[in-house]
Amino acid sequence: MTVRQNIEKYPEVWHRFSPRETLMRYVWYLGTVFVAVWSISKLDIPWFYFLDAHVQAKDLAVRMWPPDWDFANQLVKPLIETIHIATLGTFITILIAFPVAFLAARNTTFNALTWFVGRFILVASRSVNTIVWGLLFVAIFGPGPLAGIWAIAFRSIGFMGKLVAEAIEEIDKGTVEAIEATGASRLQVLWIGILPQVLPVIYGTTVYRWDINIRESSVLGFVGAGGIGILLYSSINQFMWQEVTVILIAVLGVVIASEFLSATVRQRIS
Amino acid sequence: MLEIIRLSKVYPTGTVALQDVSFTVDTPQVVTIIGPSGAGKSTLIRCINRLVEPTSGKVMLDDIDVRSLNRRELCKVRRRMGMIFQEYNLVERLTVMENLLSGRLGYVGFWKTYRRKFPPADVVAAFKLLDRVGLSGYQDTRADALSGGERQRVGISRALMQQPDLLLVDEPTASLDPKTSRQIMRLLVELAHEHGTPALVNIHDVGLAQSFADRIIGLSEGRIVFDGTSQQVTAEVLTEIYGEEDWSTTIRKIEEDNDQDTQKGASKHKDRMTRETAA
Amino acid sequence: MKLSTETQTGAELQWHRIKLIENPLIRNGLALLAVAYIFWSVGSLEIEWARVAHGLPRAVKMITRMIPPDFGRWQLLIRGMLESIQMALVASFLGMCLAVPLGICGAGNLVPKPVYLIARSIIILSRTFHEIVVAILFVKIFGFGPLAGILTLTLGSTSFISKMLAEDIENMTPGQIEAIRATGANFPKLLIYCISPQALPRYLGVSIYRLDANIRHSTVVGIVGAGGIGQVLAASFSRYDYDFSLAILLTIIALVFLGEFFSNWVRSQLR
Ligand SMILES: Nc1ncnc2c1ncn2[C@@H]1O[C@H](COP(=O)(O)OP(=O)(O)O)[C@@H](O)[C@H]1O
Ligand SMILES: [Mg+2]
Repeated sequence: MTVRQNIEKYPEVWHRFSPRETLMRYVWYLGTVFVAVWSISKLDIPWFYFLDAHVQAKDLAVRMWPPDWDFANQLVKPLIETIHIATLGTFITILIAFPVAFLAARNTTFNALTWFVGRFILVASRSVNTIVWGLLFVAIFGPGPLAGIWAIAFRSIGFMGKLVAEAIEEIDKGTVEAIEATGASRLQVLWIGILPQVLPVIYGTTVYRWDINIRESSVLGFVGAGGIGILLYSSINQFMWQEVTVILIAVLGVVIASEFLSATVRQRIS
Repeated sequence: MLEIIRLSKVYPTGTVALQDVSFTVDTPQVVTIIGPSGAGKSTLIRCINRLVEPTSGKVMLDDIDVRSLNRRELCKVRRRMGMIFQEYNLVERLTVMENLLSGRLGYVGFWKTYRRKFPPADVVAAFKLLDRVGLSGYQDTRADALSGGERQRVGISRALMQQPDLLLVDEPTASLDPKTSRQIMRLLVELAHEHGTPALVNIHDVGLAQSFADRIIGLSEGRIVFDGTSQQVTAEVLTEIYGEEDWSTTIRKIEEDNDQDTQKGASKHKDRMTRETAA
Repeated sequence: MKLSTETQTGAELQWHRIKLIENPLIRNGLALLAVAYIFWSVGSLEIEWARVAHGLPRAVKMITRMIPPDFGRWQLLIRGMLESIQMALVASFLGMCLAVPLGICGAGNLVPKPVYLIARSIIILSRTFHEIVVAILFVKIFGFGPLAGILTLTLGSTSFISKMLAEDIENMTPGQIEAIRATGANFPKLLIYCISPQALPRYLGVSIYRLDANIRHSTVVGIVGAGGIGQVLAASFSRYDYDFSLAILLTIIALVFLGEFFSNWVRSQLR
């Protein structure tokens, strides 16, 4: 008797979301589309450029082919320089990023002010593009690889510092407390309790960032900060498209090789 | 109902997981498949609904040759086979109700699926099942907030939502504690009997298998080495399935367990009855 | 008592020393190699140390010219910023849309091998070249202005979001997919009932991160004439208007800061 009544009581409809939630979802959908459409309408894009785009693309392709292979042997030195810029920039980054991350992590910073300073350095570093950092350092050191190295370093600090700071915030508190309980100084806690725990993250992000930096240093030459980008820029400016092809192929090779290397190393680490 | 004929499976790695396995299930019975890990139990279950493609042999569901079906027809046949997994395999970020209703995916159109608009009959059935497995009120809980036992109840309900002609169950209790394991097994067997659905249950725990099975199939190195009732499982049989070991304690313990458990089960069942009449 | 705590510290120390490379010979050897590399590379770079020596005073001079930042031409600043934001919004939106099919095709556990390989090569190829190179090629084809910038950023966003999406789908526990397949659901239903609920939060998170990244990247595509604040920035640099440059940089930093708060907030809503 009671069981039968129960059966009749089972609801026939069930909603995953309340009407309000459903409405909100559609508001978000429409809002996103609206924002995109509004943005593109405000940008006054010359749509007729699309009309002859294929002609331009074909023209470019024809002028880029065949690659001027004789040009290739001039590329070895700049390519090595490109790799050096990325690697040395990454080295410097490690030295600076760790202390900054220490300031920017809530559980290791000294007070609100130091936390804010740490965060600000990280955001500032990431907000300014490597190329823009390049512009700045070329203005300081003059054109050449040194400006490139510092540009790479200054941009990478934000990237690595952010990831390391997040890792520090997630470390095992027990270990740190155990070491603090022994009366260790702040520096000792840092060295013994925290650093070993975030070391794998540091290694991992370093290798990952190095791989990104190879890509970045290949274009730093556009603002005069050394590497293969100098050749690429001058070839483009002189409309030597067949040289451009060779350079692009060379960069492609280096980038893929470094990506492969970085992926292998990261796999080993984890 | 289900007929397996000379089924074999060789994995691309060269592992021979099943060799010439044949058996028939033609009454609504609970068949447990026992065997050491690596015997090919999971492979056997997965070959039946072709989550794993068999290498040779036949799988007949009524008069349908499952191996000959194309994608579309396979989907149709899969709707008729409910599957329950060791790791529950719920869609973690969906609610309990959505997980139950996923058992009806084979019957509902794309847009209705997208909008989670399932027919009233399905919703009623889902609420009823939730009540039956002891999860009433959980419909809006997300699957990732459930305990292991609760998840498996949802897993069982999802399979039953399909109103299947056959239940394929792969180690339903291997991730659960002993007590919950027995509860889940009992629920599963009761439900299979209630719905008159034959069930193929992989299990490596001989005790559990014996307590709940109508029939036991022993698998060893991809071959069937035993097929009979729980009473027929003797030390010799276990030795053949699992290898040499002193089985006397295992078997005796099972019998004790069994007695206690049926008593407890009965009293629990009575509890539930009185609760319901009181309400 | 004191002794025992000390030994405990010692134990802790050893316990938590995570040695990446067990063999001390190889570990120290690698460190030595790194030092040797630094000497070699620094030696081989052609650095005009004479110019560098002037660097510090020049930096000081530059900084004094930068400070205080000059917000006087705020109209130009706002217009450039707005254009950058609009470019970033459009590019992120297009990237989000294009990344869904590409990401799904790049997930090895969902699609046949040939589809997977094609999708993955597209993703890898579109990631290889720095956006400035891509921007130059697009400026060549579509002329100066925001169109080339949008296309550059779209390409980057698509490959980034689709790579993340593909990896996310590949990392899903295979069981859930198997279970939904076992209910007789076809591929489209598998996508909306299993893949999408599981992958959606991270997909949205990555997309929002990418919006933030696009605002940053839009500064650089402007340098080669592809529109946005970058064009204004490059112009101010070439005219030595460093105080205006600083104003622009500070505005970008502030915007990225805000963007970070916004994206953190959205991500916390997506749990
Ligand atoms: N995907 C696979 N690829 C290769 N070999 C497999 C695969 N799955 C299972 N095997 C092998 O097949 C045999 C049977 O496995 P399985 O059916 O999982 O056994 P059980 O479920 O009885 O533990 C084992 O030797 C296992 O290693
Ligand atoms: Mg198994």
